[in-house]
Amino acid sequence: MNLTNLINNYAEAVAMILFGIGFSNLLLQKNLIKKIIGLNIMDTAMYLFLALKGFVAGRKAPIVVDGVQDVEAYINPIPSGLVLTGIVVSVSVSALMLSLTIRLYRRYHTLDLDEITTRLKKEGL
Amino acid sequence: MEFVQNLPFISIILSLFSGPLSSVLDGKKAKRVNIAVISIIGVMSAAVLAYVVRTGKAFVYMMGHFPAPWGNEIRVGVLEALMAVFFCVIMLLSMIGGVREREIQIEETKQNLYYVMVNLLLSSLLALIYTNDLFTAYVFVEINTISACGLIMIRQNGRTIEAATRYMIMSLLGSGLLLLGICFLYDLTGQLLMSNIQAAVRALDASGQYHIPLLVSMVLISVGLAIKSALYPFHAWLPDAYGYSTLSSAAILSSLVSKGYIFLLIKIFYRVIGFGIVRESKVIHILFVFGIIGMIMGSLSAIKEKDIRRMIAYSSVAQIGYIYMGFGLGTLPGVIASIYHILSHAATKSLLFVAASGLTDSAGDSTDFSDLTGAGYRNKLAGIAFTVGSLSMVGFPVFSGFISKLLFAQAAVGHEIKMLPTLIALAISTILNALYFMNTVIRIYTPERRRGNEKQRVVPLREQPAKSAALVCFIVLNIFLGLSSEPIIEMIRTGLGMFM
Repeated sequence: MNLTNLINNYAEAVAMILFGIGFSNLLLQKNLIKKIIGLNIMDTAMYLFLALKGFVAGRKAPIVVDGVQDVEAYINPIPSGLVLTGIVVSVSVSALMLSLTIRLYRRYHTLDLDEITTRLKKEGL
Repeated sequence: MEFVQNLPFISIILSLFSGPLSSVLDGKKAKRVNIAVISIIGVMSAAVLAYVVRTGKAFVYMMGHFPAPWGNEIRVGVLEALMAVFFCVIMLLSMIGGVREREIQIEETKQNLYYVMVNLLLSSLLALIYTNDLFTAYVFVEINTISACGLIMIRQNGRTIEAATRYMIMSLLGSGLLLLGICFLYDLTGQLLMSNIQAAVRALDASGQYHIPLLVSMVLISVGLAIKSALYPFHAWLPDAYGYSTLSSAAILSSLVSKGYIFLLIKIFYRVIGFGIVRESKVIHILFVFGIIGMIMGSLSAIKEKDIRRMIAYSSVAQIGYIYMGFGLGTLPGVIASIYHILSHAATKSLLFVAASGLTDSAGDSTDFSDLTGAGYRNKLAGIAFTVGSLSMVGFPVFSGFISKLLFAQAAVGHEIKMLPTLIALAISTILNALYFMNTVIRIYTPERRRGNEKQRVVPLREQPAKSAALVCFIVLNIFLGLSSEPIIEMIRTGLGMFM
């Protein structure tokens, strides 16, 4: 029974697997650019999950055309709104991370965060 | 509706808009705007606090006058207003105390950008305190993270950029988990407003449905916010970020930013999920265990440290451990103790940072212990302030730290299983605190024997009026918290009652 649930909700399962991939990349990769890619995979997985939650098969976006006012005709618009907000947040965070990466690269000519840390320990400031 | 009820919204908007305004002003004007905005918001929050205490009821402010499930809401009770007043006071004093450091350490053309970040940080903290909507809370958590990152990296050197990068990475992991938890909750309940979610969660809990997803979302939110507030194993970025950023940043980050997240977590436990359900789950045991480990490990790292600012930063790790241990107890007195410790630690830690910078001034900006011998004689006020802060951290009576330790111990007594570990951890941690703080105090009051260290100089009181004023206010605040704790604890108690 559990397995049928999993198969029916395969898209949510995919979203969670993607989230795991992104999360572990952001946590474990040494290379800063790969970390940022991991961050973006993680955020995108969240949007997939949210969008799936708002979707109901056979219904349309809640824009009233032809005078149809029935609730049953439309999907829930709030998850889509949340996705948009999330995208804005994710864009600004990625931009900030990239700018930090550029600064570190100009100073140390490497993208490896651990190497930067060891060098900092050696030379002080 | 009375006019006072508009003030929480106005204070959020005021600080939010003063950010962009500061970006077009020059440094000096931006500083004045910033100080004025923080003071005005402090006064407005005090008015709100007085109003809520008088009426004895929490009020809800509808944004755009849309009723419950559609509109966004602000909700204000005694605890929220108290936090807002307190955060404004600490922020104002930290900004005043660090004026000279900011002028030296931040480039001339970037001065105003610093105030953009501080204003945004204040608005996001206020929004985290007041909001009644989970997704709004998430968005402001991110704004908080971004502006805190700006505060760290405004003083440009390799250390701060590396610390800011590490801080961002940890914070993003935390906010990813938080967002996932919020999405799960939304998925389970179909609501985003805190009060509506709580009603739905109660119904779910009563019917026994979706027990595991609820637990998972609770775990995700707790772990996410614990990572963001630097609970013990997630603190790697903290010493560098607090140790090398400019003074105001270190004071604000240690005393306000992490506390904002912890306050949000308490709010989610009480207002979104319901403390009864949280208590029955195993989540708080995990927080309790990590809190206790953090109390001890943070102090051990601080003992090993040879740099005064990094030592104070490691002490923050231990104090965050105290706070998590408090609500890990899962009782009302435990949560009250935690919230009191949020206030007490904020007042003490920012005092210590400002005082330590006064001491390092007299040693030619060296933060190394060996240069600080006898610094208490060269900068008298800073020496006294550092001693007050240290005594408060150790838990000496009269100062605020004593009351919070007392509250933690009282909360632990009577708890069947957790009493013994809590009391033992409190005792060990107090001894460790005493070891490194008293060691520092003794060092700064040991007369310097060797001659010829021309970096050292006497810092007269007149040289830095702003920092001296801030230090005096901090000392007064600390003793006030220590001596008249009763009304504040009473306010916290009524505030938590309004959370229900």
